[in-house]
Amino acid sequence: MISFIGRSIVQKIITLFFVSIVSFLIIHLAPGEPSQVDPMNPKFTREMVERFRTEFHLDKPLYRQYLYFFRDLFSGKTISWKDNQPVFKKIWERFLNSLPLFIVGTILTWTISFPVGIRSAIFRGGIYDRSSTFFAYLLISIPGFFFAYILIIFVVNQFHVPVIGMETFGIGDTAWMNRAMDRIWHLLLPSLLGATGGIAVLSRYVRSQMLEVEGQDYVRTAKAKGLTPDQVHYKHALRNALLPFVTMFGLILPGLIGGSVIIESIFAWPGMGRMAYEAILARDYPIILTLNFVSAVLVLIGTFISDLLYLVVDPRIRL
Amino acid sequence: MADNKALLSVEELKVYFRSEDEVARAVDGVSFDVGREETVCLVGESGCGKTVTALSVMGLVPIPPGEIAGGKILFRAKNLLDFNDSDMQKVRGNQIAMIFQEPLTSLNPVFTIGDQIGEAIQIHQTATQSEVVERSQQLLKDVGIADPAQRLRDYPHQLSGGQRQRVMIAMALACDPDLVIADEPTTALDVTVQAQILRLLDTIQKMRSMSVLYITHDLGVVSKIADRICVMYAGIIAEQGNKDAVLKTPKHPYTQALLASLPNREKRGQRLYSIPGTVPNPAYKPDGCPFHPRCQHTIQNCSEQYPGMCDYGDGHHARCPVLFEGGKGNWCD
Ligand SMILES: Nc1ncnc2c1ncn2[C@@H]1O[C@H](COP(=O)(O)OP(=O)(O)O)[C@@H](O)[C@H]1O
Ligand SMILES: [Mg+2]
Repeated sequence: MISFIGRSIVQKIITLFFVSIVSFLIIHLAPGEPSQVDPMNPKFTREMVERFRTEFHLDKPLYRQYLYFFRDLFSGKTISWKDNQPVFKKIWERFLNSLPLFIVGTILTWTISFPVGIRSAIFRGGIYDRSSTFFAYLLISIPGFFFAYILIIFVVNQFHVPVIGMETFGIGDTAWMNRAMDRIWHLLLPSLLGATGGIAVLSRYVRSQMLEVEGQDYVRTAKAKGLTPDQVHYKHALRNALLPFVTMFGLILPGLIGGSVIIESIFAWPGMGRMAYEAILARDYPIILTLNFVSAVLVLIGTFISDLLYLVVDPRIRL
Repeated sequence: MADNKALLSVEELKVYFRSEDEVARAVDGVSFDVGREETVCLVGESGCGKTVTALSVMGLVPIPPGEIAGGKILFRAKNLLDFNDSDMQKVRGNQIAMIFQEPLTSLNPVFTIGDQIGEAIQIHQTATQSEVVERSQQLLKDVGIADPAQRLRDYPHQLSGGQRQRVMIAMALACDPDLVIADEPTTALDVTVQAQILRLLDTIQKMRSMSVLYITHDLGVVSKIADRICVMYAGIIAEQGNKDAVLKTPKHPYTQALLASLPNREKRGQRLYSIPGTVPNPAYKPDGCPFHPRCQHTIQNCSEQYPGMCDYGDGHHARCPVLFEGGKGNWCD
């Protein structure tokens, strides 16, 4: 067990090293340079560009730049090229904004997908199964932004509540009750929208897992014992159908960063996804690279957690 | 034919599987009895409907695509086909238990052996936790598993194929059923283990005085354990009777062909006989006798009329009029 954990951590650190090199190269090989972002800007004189390049080591060879970047990253001194703010502070603020969206979205996705998928599988071919299949494909095929606008129009017209941003502008002075309600309204719509795609896909996946397990010999054995349908489905079948989702559970962590760019843009939500998007447009390398690094770390932590969970839930896996 | 004293009596059972454009008549009018404390063997090549027959008795035919198209399954004189789901649950595992062909996949990989045996006890009987553990250990001992206390804590993947089949047998015995259906329980095991399992089943059957419906494609096994034999072909019973009658004086060309293809001492060094052709697809069975395209005794009638059962006395029947008293057997239309 201890040796498994040790081995796994060493492996993950090596992986992280290669990921950092590759992502550094990709960003530097991509067309465009921070010093060329706005060539029409009259303030961007040739001397300015040169000064900018020296100051941020852009005139040095790539491997030097790589070393500088990680020296700054690990000593916490990385700063954004755009506004000279410390990168970690900026990311942390945005992270706190993204977190509620992510948590509510994830909870919605998982609590809706599982019951729907399991029920569809148990009553396959029935009216419930067919209508949930229909809605799943509908949700998959409607583009998220389109659906978002329809929902925004609907909510604003029906309930007369504003939903753009994290809170209504100027609400700060009212009672805390109103402010809490306001935050919840603002949170609900983007989380729900962020979850729809996930619900559609995940519920189909749950259904197919469950269907596969229902056809296994041990489910027939369970029936042959005289167990009730509930015991057969929810004990013998479900327990096996859930195994692959343990892996997925570990992989939802990275969704914190990349999962919400479109939704955050539509709802003017100052989260991490939008921050990454803006940083890419501005060629703000420190922010892009740090976010990249953080999401790689999140992926590796996620897979590590799911490896551990697998050990707990699947007796066949021993070290 | 239905003998009132029989524990299980299957009468004219028909099970069809419907798909979009065809109907597979997997079981097409099967009748046989299993008496108390009797071992009846259901024999036939694979694909001839043995498993479907067994699953029908258990009420486990998947419906749809399956469909019970007719007949009765009388267990202690009550028709199981009339039972509702919850009545059937009380029969399954309690009065009729089943052992399956694939021991490797028939146990749930994520629960311990103890869980799975204990569950079989608790579903039908009230027992405290310690009674359940004690009973489970005794069951494992009965089926010849060493160190039962430890094995109860194991997961299925920690046991060998033979041990898993023993666990399946222990599970089937958990509630002292009157009838155990064993569907090719040794097919997936290697030869030495097969012999052990066979002997175990035989001992247990005598010890507990229960009835066994033993399904196999192997006539060699049959001669060791059967009291009576039903030979099945393409969804029908071709021949049935006491073991000696069927094995020594087979009256159906299919039984004769099966026996001819068995290896034995006299045939050492010769090429083994094998029946030409294959079992017909149950959706496209030939008219008349389903065996006639592969039969050596075919006459004109065989492809036109359905053969009737011919009675040789003492419960020995064969569905072949051609071999009956110089061809004077009866035909259905
Ligand atoms: N679930 C099913 N769906 C469709 N057809 C089936 C199903 N189960 C069995 N059958 C049909 O029933 C026939 C007999 O199968 P089976 O009883 O398993 O044969 P045996 O046990 O004698 O080898 C098969 O040829 C198959 O076509
Ligand atoms: Mg079979």
